[in-house]
Amino acid sequence: MERQDEWIRVERTSAFKELTRQRKAFILPATIFFLVFYFGLPFLTAFTTVLDANVIGAINLAYIYAFAQFAMTWILMHVYVSRANRWDDLVDRARHEAAEDDGTGDGDGRSSG
Amino acid sequence: MSDQTISIIFFVLIIALTLGITVWASRKNKSTSDHYVAGGNIKGWQNGLAISGDYLSAASFLGIAGAISLTGFSGFYLSIGFLVAYLVVLLLVAEPLRNLGKYTFADMLASRFNKSSVRSAAALSTIAISMFYMIAQLNGAGALIELLLGINYTLSVIVIGILMTFYIVAGGMVATTWIQIVKAVLLIAGTLALSVLVLAQPSIGFNPVNLFNEVDSQIGSDMVVPPPPAGLVAGLDVISLNIALVLGTAGLPHILIRFLTVPDAKTARSSIITATWIIGLFYLLTPVLGYGAALFVGQEAIAEQNPAGNTAAPQLAEALGGPIFFAFISAVAFATIVAVVAGLVVAASSAFAHDFYSNVIRGGEASEQEQLRAARFTAVGISVLAILLAIPAASLNVAFLVALAFAVAASANVPVILLTIFWKRFNTTGAVAGILVGLISCVVLIILSPNVMTGPNPEPPLTPIIPIEAPFPFVYPAIFSVPLGFLGCYLGTLLGGRGAEREREQGLQVSYDEIRVRSLTGISNIEQEIHEATPQEEPRTT
Repeated sequence: MERQDEWIRVERTSAFKELTRQRKAFILPATIFFLVFYFGLPFLTAFTTVLDANVIGAINLAYIYAFAQFAMTWILMHVYVSRANRWDDLVDRARHEAAEDDGTGDGDGRSSG
Repeated sequence: MSDQTISIIFFVLIIALTLGITVWASRKNKSTSDHYVAGGNIKGWQNGLAISGDYLSAASFLGIAGAISLTGFSGFYLSIGFLVAYLVVLLLVAEPLRNLGKYTFADMLASRFNKSSVRSAAALSTIAISMFYMIAQLNGAGALIELLLGINYTLSVIVIGILMTFYIVAGGMVATTWIQIVKAVLLIAGTLALSVLVLAQPSIGFNPVNLFNEVDSQIGSDMVVPPPPAGLVAGLDVISLNIALVLGTAGLPHILIRFLTVPDAKTARSSIITATWIIGLFYLLTPVLGYGAALFVGQEAIAEQNPAGNTAAPQLAEALGGPIFFAFISAVAFATIVAVVAGLVVAASSAFAHDFYSNVIRGGEASEQEQLRAARFTAVGISVLAILLAIPAASLNVAFLVALAFAVAASANVPVILLTIFWKRFNTTGAVAGILVGLISCVVLIILSPNVMTGPNPEPPLTPIIPIEAPFPFVYPAIFSVPLGFLGCYLGTLLGGRGAEREREQGLQVSYDEIRVRSLTGISNIEQEIHEATPQEEPRTT
């Protein structure tokens, strides 16, 4: 089971722990948010008429909500990618730490970006 | 007659162009890696364009425009869902998949479970999804060629089917990548031009609000307002459609395979950005095309040509831009269909040749030559089957058919992909059970639904397929079949619990520690990369 231990050694590095913590702290709330926001539109249109009101000319709330989903997708996508590009540094650090340490998992304390 | 001549000339030009690329690429298509994933060397923006090309299928160009032109707001759900789905792909699936996979999404499952049963199940679902998707594309092709050349639907389906089979057998993934790129550019240029023509009409005056106002006053406010609530089943059906749309993309084999054509996770990421901008801008224009067609072609004329509205966009091009523009848009739509089908066949034939034939039947012993031959034979077989199934689907909307393909993908593949990445206890039995339960329940529910069991006198535009009243009232199955897929994973995992423990002890199942590290970091060869690596360039993980 030596191979297994190698993976666990990476898992135990402080950089990897920081990576999983940061990913979870972003991805979990972001996913819940976009799913709720996404399903809000079909729920409101399929069971109520609250989105029928016109806002700009004949463009109603439902269309405004729909266009907002486009904006949400683009914004969330760019936020994610800018974070993920920073996480790449943590991956490199985890690799270094795993190579240097043999199991205790205390890496250098460079602050994460 | 002269219009038809122009169409035919443009057609020949576009076909010659795409075939030329195929022939050029086929000379480079030497290894299996080239055939399946273009050697893993596609750049981010190229891949982004190729993803857009794969994604913007006949469903998007012909189907959504048609659905909006005939039904208004509810057609726009498809645009929203197809786009937001990329958040699921980007945030949850793309990078782990890229880090764990090799050629197909079954490789990703096999990286954790390494069992021929998992590969077989994944190959089966890949082929089923590709089949549904192809039926949709061929259906769009049939409608288009019928409009263009006046030859009948059945014949056009057969002709298109033969053309694209040639294509894939010769070109493989390198060719389909380039064709997707060329086609994505053509399609976007065509859509932009068509939208500008609509907005330039005097009654619109380049103000999109006027477009909505015109539809509201000329055709009726129910074309702009969402359809009124129509009870529980209809309401849940809308939710069900949206579940399939938003989750389905993350389970589409021909999209997932695109993340394996790039050298690293960063490139996978940047290709999704390119793709999401292109796809989003395209979908933002779908109401312009759909409402434009309703106003300037007229709903009667659209429905008369094709009861499901599949030819609304080319008809709009003819009405506003004359015969040459019509020919151009039709040729673009045609290239779209051929290219998407090519991508689908590559995904399906890779699944069969690589996952089933090479790894299961031959126990990993098949040579590259044998694998390539198997992939080519499969491509032919799959195309023939799709042609046969597309013929009775003549009266259905392309986008609707694709939504069913999304439902199958969301039910069979998505639960397994997510749990492989995120669930520690997940095991081989769970993965196999999840794919099979999701796949079978989804397909059975589609067969029992009013889509197939139409009853003897279905509401127009449907034509009877099986003249029995449908026992399952929902049009879209995802609201039931996706939870069933997850349940299959869970129960299978419980069932296989003890066996999985033993497998882990014997080292037959890879530990979750390894999967977690690999999926998040892209490290694949731990000894080499940790001990020898002074981390400069991340090696291509194959």
